[in-house]
Amino acid sequence: MSANINKPRTYWQSVRSRLRRDPVTLTCAGIIIGIVLLSIFAPLIAPANPYDANMMKRLAPIGSPGYPLGADELGRDMLSRLIYGGRISLIMGLVPVFIALIIGASCGLVAGYVGGRTNMLIMRTMDIFYAFPSIMLAIAISGAIGAGIENGLLSLTLVFIPPITRVSETITVQIKSLDFIDAARASGASNSRIILSHIIVNALGPIFIYCTSLVSVSIIIASGLSFLGLGVSPPEADWGLMLSTLRQSIYVNPWVCALPGVMIFTTSLCFNLMSDGLRSAMDMKM
Amino acid sequence: MAKIDKSFVKVRNLKKYFQTGTQIPFLKKPPAVKAVENVSFDVFKGETLGVVGESGCGKSTVARLLIQLIKPDAGEIIIDGLAVEKRGGISTRDLRHRMQMVFQDSYATLNPRMPIEESIAFGPISNGKKPSEAMLESKHFMDQVGLDPNIYLHRYPHELSGGQRQRVNIARALAMGPEVIILDEAVSALDKSVEAQVLNLLTDLKSDLKLTYIFISHDLNVVKYISDKVMVMYLGEVVEYGTVEDVYNSPKHPYTEALLASQPSMDPSRKLKTVPITGDPPNPINPPSGCKFHTRCPKVTDLCRTVNPKLQSTDNVDHLTACHLASNVTEVDVLNAQKGLNS
Amino acid sequence: MKNNSKNIAPTVLSVSDLKVKFVTPDYSVHAVNNVSFSLKRGEVLSVLGESGSGKSVTLSAIQRLLPKNITSVEGSIKINGEEILTMSARRLNQLRGGQIAMIFQEPATSFDPVFTVGQQITEGIRHHAGCSQSEADKKALELLDLVRIPSAKDRLHNYPFEMSGGMRQRAMIALALSCDPMILLADEPTTALDATVQIQILLLLKDIQKELGLSIIFVTHDIGVSIEIGDRIAVMYGGQIVETGNLAEVINDAKHPYTKGLLSSTIHANSSGKRLHAIPGSPPNLSNAPSNCSFSERCEFANETCKNTIPDNVKLGIERFSRCLRIGVWE
Repeated sequence: MSANINKPRTYWQSVRSRLRRDPVTLTCAGIIIGIVLLSIFAPLIAPANPYDANMMKRLAPIGSPGYPLGADELGRDMLSRLIYGGRISLIMGLVPVFIALIIGASCGLVAGYVGGRTNMLIMRTMDIFYAFPSIMLAIAISGAIGAGIENGLLSLTLVFIPPITRVSETITVQIKSLDFIDAARASGASNSRIILSHIIVNALGPIFIYCTSLVSVSIIIASGLSFLGLGVSPPEADWGLMLSTLRQSIYVNPWVCALPGVMIFTTSLCFNLMSDGLRSAMDMKM
Repeated sequence: MAKIDKSFVKVRNLKKYFQTGTQIPFLKKPPAVKAVENVSFDVFKGETLGVVGESGCGKSTVARLLIQLIKPDAGEIIIDGLAVEKRGGISTRDLRHRMQMVFQDSYATLNPRMPIEESIAFGPISNGKKPSEAMLESKHFMDQVGLDPNIYLHRYPHELSGGQRQRVNIARALAMGPEVIILDEAVSALDKSVEAQVLNLLTDLKSDLKLTYIFISHDLNVVKYISDKVMVMYLGEVVEYGTVEDVYNSPKHPYTEALLASQPSMDPSRKLKTVPITGDPPNPINPPSGCKFHTRCPKVTDLCRTVNPKLQSTDNVDHLTACHLASNVTEVDVLNAQKGLNS
Repeated sequence: MKNNSKNIAPTVLSVSDLKVKFVTPDYSVHAVNNVSFSLKRGEVLSVLGESGSGKSVTLSAIQRLLPKNITSVEGSIKINGEEILTMSARRLNQLRGGQIAMIFQEPATSFDPVFTVGQQITEGIRHHAGCSQSEADKKALELLDLVRIPSAKDRLHNYPFEMSGGMRQRAMIALALSCDPMILLADEPTTALDATVQIQILLLLKDIQKELGLSIIFVTHDIGVSIEIGDRIAVMYGGQIVETGNLAEVINDAKHPYTKGLLSSTIHANSSGKRLHAIPGSPPNLSNAPSNCSFSERCEFANETCKNTIPDNVKLGIERFSRCLRIGVWE
């Protein structure tokens, strides 16, 4: 009866086939998975204890025996420190965004769906946070409540709630204006049912993609906080902190000093590119 | 009108203004669009009422008001003797079991992430039916609209053609077991060859299920084909109402005349040579005074510019029109005849 | 033939064996398959087709407006004997907005909202004619008068959003005429308009066409509109012209089952009470290159041959063709 009869493809099937043909996104996803695995299994993989200092080997160059990626200013093995550092950097990248996603998306959905005064209240509150650049805000909050991982996580979460709320509000308003919401209302569905079975399903994809792009921002800000001494405290291995302490030795051994920076750069770039790839794979006319 | 008792859907003095923009304190109130003003009509059981008019005439707003997607500012909607959202009447929730709507855009009205089966079962499930039961029934409704459930049950909207999607939308409306279905430009977006299929389906469903239709369209020929009664709207008001034969064969309002004359003839040997009516419809934010059609009316008089005519019977009690000229036909004729003699 | 000047008017546009294919990693669409037609000076060709029939793609191909990276265009498009498909970008730009102009469906989005209508029309005139601002202003005023915009002088200073839909479409026509085109390509220019305004624009186009001796290709899905405007008609289905010829001949005596079906399924003033004759099924899927008559799946007269042979044009008269294998058999 229909021309479409021969093998229809569901939405996720076509997303998958699009992703499969996108080498950049696949490579980035591979790198991210690699870093995640390295971080999880750090104790098994790292060749040395990241806290063992050896004054004789201070700033050993890349390729020294026993120190494949050299050693830092206290003679600790760079490779092991980089592997362990991924743990904190990934936590600092993922956790705040995840918590902010839950809070921000809920606020955005409510603001967008209910509209009116509720929308006004939620969105104007978010606008207050928008008045400060995100890095400044994170520094200010961390500075006020003190250094440490937990405080760093808290300040980053607070930084990410407003943009996620704004994005999910926009998307919700867009979806709410579509005819199928009217059609659902006309068939007598309650508001909660409409939000659950129509709005969330359609809004979550775009919000999620936006969040993956925030992960890279989060990693960079977290590194920045550590660099300024507002995040993780020594001797913890964290890429941002490592960059900060190695900075003095940049003229002695620039290659070793650049390594944490390379890791930050690679990870955030991969998250960004993967987010772009997902966006274009999922954003299609059906 | 003695026939009023028979009317199944009765609408009286419906009014809806839309505020443009939000009001800022101390500033002038932003203008309101008078989308629907003083609209009254009756639909009898088993009949089809066609509503025609150009974009912005308020026909779609009337549809949304009827099914309570938007709340009217004033006026009454009575279905089967029960006033909607009034004491002793019928609640919006119950109304939607008796009245359903099919929208114009068959794609936008279906959730792209929901298989057809679920879309059809969604209404009944929302109203407390067991999901397994509702899913089973959705097969039956697909059959009823001519879609093979074995093929289409688990399909997604983007896998169907426009005509098939509109069938799904009709099945979804049927799933609520309505007596009245509002069809808001339901066939306008379809290709002509498919439009005929869907119209045939609608005709069959109407006689099988004893349905009552309110059929909204800008296409005069389609409305003529499917309707028993016609209501012509212009800038939020009803300008003419009557049976299809009366309105199409002897239109009483100059706007209806112009609208009918503007239809392409479909005959290569009878192409239109002159423009039936000039000008564009006025902006509904700032409608003309008096009769809203007077800016374009070829027969305009001074009375038309100041006084808005009421909808009233012509020589035929069931044929109503809102035109000063139609109610005073003889007087005007006399005046014109005198002018003719003098010149 | 001697007394019929139309038949000896020079051909201004000829399209032969045009094939347009869209290829992306996700899908391929054979949007236009072997389309050939010609347009004479002072002639209006109605191109009638449903959505996905390839009518708008054909129009874009003539202007070479299709996105290069995903389309492959084969065949030949000649304007006054000059091949468009291989032309240099420079020459193409001279042609676009020079000899060929286009009017679109949605005048609201075809005008730049930040400039007045007058500025946009004069800019085109100055760019092409290289004349002074005051001359361009004068010409713009003439054009607005030509398209019968009341109080044209004031309207020149209006922004597009200050005009009603009908006025904007008139201004759009004025803009298209600003470079004295020879060929006007119209893509559903009246579809977004109300019935009473649509007929005004159709008659206006017809008048201007006669006055200036323009050639028009008018693409539409509306049979009534195509009859109202056209001298000749080309009916498209599944990326092919299935029938073409003099408008009255085609409408009064259709020689392709699709044309016939379309005419009988279209509701007109006296179809009341009768059951509509609908064409069963839906339009074809164009993801594969055609290997049969594209209408055969829905055609009640199709036989086995129709389902595995691509029909050729059958000549039925002067410039009258039908792409049907069973012509004469099914009638």
